[in-house]
Amino acid sequence: MKWGVVRFPGSLDDGDALYALRSILGQDAAMLWHKDETLGGADCVVLPGGFSYGDYLRCGAIARFSPIMKSVLRFAAEGGLVIGICNGFQILCEAHLLPGALMRNRSLSFICDFIYVRVENAQTPFTRAARVGEILRLPIKHGEGCFVAPAEELAQMEERGQVVLRYVDEAGIESDAANPNGSMRSIAGVANDRFNVFGLMPHPEHAVEKMVGGEGGLKIFQSIIGGAR
Amino acid sequence: MQVKVFVTPRKGILDPQGRAVEGALKSLGFNGVASVHVGRYVVIEIDAPSKAAAEAAVKQMCDQLLANPNIEDYRVEVDAG
Repeated sequence: MKWGVVRFPGSLDDGDALYALRSILGQDAAMLWHKDETLGGADCVVLPGGFSYGDYLRCGAIARFSPIMKSVLRFAAEGGLVIGICNGFQILCEAHLLPGALMRNRSLSFICDFIYVRVENAQTPFTRAARVGEILRLPIKHGEGCFVAPAEELAQMEERGQVVLRYVDEAGIESDAANPNGSMRSIAGVANDRFNVFGLMPHPEHAVEKMVGGEGGLKIFQSIIGGAR
Repeated sequence: MQVKVFVTPRKGILDPQGRAVEGALKSLGFNGVASVHVGRYVVIEIDAPSKAAAEAAVKQMCDQLLANPNIEDYRVEVDAG
């Protein structure tokens, strides 16, 4: 399977995403520059974490107008798989490929920690290697991860199964204490209504090896790879 | 022509920054403070044939970039200089 990892000015986690895909998962992954106009034949595009364009104005607001995003929008409209991690999630929301928005954390603090998410929908291309209710341990590191959306939209998202990951505690229980950033309904990851675009605040690419960060992120990538076979 | 844009968090949406400033003001002894909202102020110099044209152009800028319609409201003021 061919992967394209987009590097925006200010991207940070493009290197880890490439490492996870190439060295751990044996994938054919290429770096795509934000000024590129094509996606190099990628089957799945990764928008990595970081601080694209210095997070000026709002996180993801400027990256959305990068030349490559025209191709990403077209690719997504044709049903291509797009995954946005952290800043990538923010970019996908700003580009209206995903519903809602990500605001300052409830605490106003940047949070760097391990959290647990529960898989709410295991039928998406991004979670099909997991079970519904499966708990994944993943790292987060963000200042703007508080997911918000209008009430009507939230209800529709829940109904359609677009809420893919929710913050929970180790036992899988949702609570205010287990919600690191104040996200509405403890939402950690969402898909679009066609389920080919997925955004999440936690970092699966930092959790692909037992020795560093654990293997909680593998399920996400394995789901995508498994579906392509 | 100068156009001023005021972007504010939408009413009813959690505004942790506003809440933190509100708390700080109260701890300074400003007890009359009922609520605080922190937003963004953008000043744009623009060439436009009329105030209405400038306002219309800047509103489009707000819808497309300067504000996020999911979480923010904006107000536009045109100063014909």
